[in-house]
Amino acid sequence: MKFLVCISKTPETTAKIGFTNDNKEFDTNGVQFIMNPYDEWYALVRALELKEKLGGEVVAINVGPASNDIIIRKALAIGADKAIRVNAEPESAFAVAKYISDHAKSENYDIIFTGKETIDYNGSEVPGMIAEFLDLPFISYASKLELEGSSASIERDIEGGVEGIKLDTPFVLSAAKGLAEQRIPNMRGIMMAKRKPLEVVEPAVVEEPVSIASFELPEKKEGVKMVDPENMEELVRLLHEEAKVI
Amino acid sequence: MSVLVFAETIKGKFKKATFEAVTYGRKLADALSTDCIALCLGDVTGAEDLGIYGASKILNVKDDALNHFDSQIYTSVIAQVAGQTSSDVIVLSHSANGKSLIGRLSVKMNAGSVSGVNALPNVDGSFSVSKGVFSGKAFATYEIITAQKVISLMGNSFGVQELGSAGTVETISADVPASRLTVTEVQVSEGTVPLPEAELVVSAGRGMKGPENWGIIEEMADILGATTACSRPVADSDWRPHHEHVGQTGIAIRPNLYIAIGISGAIQHLAGVNNSKVIVVINKDPEAPFFKAATYGIVGDLFDVVPRLNDALRKFKAEA
Ligand SMILES: Cc1cc2nc3c(=O)[nH]c(=O)nc-3n(C[C@H](O)[C@H](O)[C@H](O)COP(=O)(O)OP(=O)(O)OC[C@H]3O[C@@H](n4cnc5c(N)ncnc54)[C@H](O)[C@@H]3O)c2cc1C
Repeated sequence: MKFLVCISKTPETTAKIGFTNDNKEFDTNGVQFIMNPYDEWYALVRALELKEKLGGEVVAINVGPASNDIIIRKALAIGADKAIRVNAEPESAFAVAKYISDHAKSENYDIIFTGKETIDYNGSEVPGMIAEFLDLPFISYASKLELEGSSASIERDIEGGVEGIKLDTPFVLSAAKGLAEQRIPNMRGIMMAKRKPLEVVEPAVVEEPVSIASFELPEKKEGVKMVDPENMEELVRLLHEEAKVI
Repeated sequence: MSVLVFAETIKGKFKKATFEAVTYGRKLADALSTDCIALCLGDVTGAEDLGIYGASKILNVKDDALNHFDSQIYTSVIAQVAGQTSSDVIVLSHSANGKSLIGRLSVKMNAGSVSGVNALPNVDGSFSVSKGVFSGKAFATYEIITAQKVISLMGNSFGVQELGSAGTVETISADVPASRLTVTEVQVSEGTVPLPEAELVVSAGRGMKGPENWGIIEEMADILGATTACSRPVADSDWRPHHEHVGQTGIAIRPNLYIAIGISGAIQHLAGVNNSKVIVVINKDPEAPFFKAATYGIVGDLFDVVPRLNDALRKFKAEA
């Protein structure tokens, strides 16, 4: 079995978000970066578990600059066999997906994994795009995946419930909580990662259909109004008359 | 150059998010001086009602293969109908299914896409539209430069409005490719509003001490007709089902009212809820970070405060 796991670099979850250049650029000053949690905790780990059970290979792929190598090495330390970095810094999900598809189209992967979304641009678009570029079925928000030979049983999260699906490989899947449990890389993994192959490819550049014009921070809250814990009638009155939400 | 809204169903039934997408599609069509067409796939009930929310035309493609969701064949059919109706903008709900479709449609139609938009686009000259980024910590305005566009609307960001009257449903045909997957079951909890659509949410955290204490939370949700949610450690410890987990690594929601009980307000929790219109925080620690994000705050022991609030709410509901 051959699995491709798409990994993305995102700001660490407690990072303070700010912008520069007239609110046109994300200010990376002082921001720590991590591997997107859904990619790391669920997509990568489930791919590794399936490889451990069924044999095969796990390849991690990232689209980004050389400074991303640190998170790619982490994927190798957690257990991926090799990695590919497409050397580009696209602004749109479309370009990211095109670059990944260009790599994947001649590789015959059984499953292409992504996280359900990235925690920076919250797009959820890349996996569907890869699936369409490669003409493959796509299952989003998978919280369970079992594989026997080429037949997969999947559960995916839908609003207020779950959907059960059966299909054969190859396909694209985006990973949600439940698919696997986070793994912490050990010393041996970290040492081995240094010797694993990290191939850098130059993409055939595509035109970006969308771009970010500007950013904005949410309006500051007006400040909390404290309500006497003995007087819940007052809270109900405020919710009804002032906030008009009940 | 119409606006085509994919009117999503689960088990043949429309959801509030669909009516919201139709309302949005209509307002967008008005801004572009064009029609708003609603498209439903498979066997559906109540499609006439889409007219009430603003659809000027309601189309239905029927085929057994469309009675279950498969992003691949849905994409093919939606793109065909977009072609037949000369639709330039496709509007989806930013739901589990909408998220499965947006990327595919973008590639299929060579259309620029923005997912999870929260307002109408600016359409004079260019086409630019805003969405939440950095998990609720900021907004970004995206510009789409392609002739065709696909956008998905974040739930509860626009509201449902009645803009017309029930219409007639026209059945049309399209080539439906064979599906490469089988949907074995669709399990949805009946009766409660799913979290992403809920206007009122009652949420509780580790301050509850254990799952056996959730009676007062469910009681409040019952009185208000609200949906229950929880913080991550609560779901991780299996005190509550994981589909209730909100926050950066859970579901992001923006209800009208979010009541946070015994939740500290860690930045990763706030990321998923701080776009709620009104936030009530009940916490015994006056220094809890959640108070900084709250509209109304109550410092007190939740085991005293919540039953008292439930009494007050019950009284209010009885008088209303
Ligand atoms: C990468 C990452 C992602 C994360 N994603 C999420 C996420 O998506 N969602 C999420 O929720 N968390 C997330 N977290 C965890 C987050 O950092 C917090 O640990 C978590 O939100 C805390 O949950 P809590 O508020 O229920 O518990 P606690 O922090 O333990 O807070 C309990 C609160 O209850 C109050 N309390 C206790 N007893 C009472 C009482 N009797 N009456 C009134 N108040 C009482 C306390 O004062 C305290 O404020 C994430 C963390 C990381 C590192």
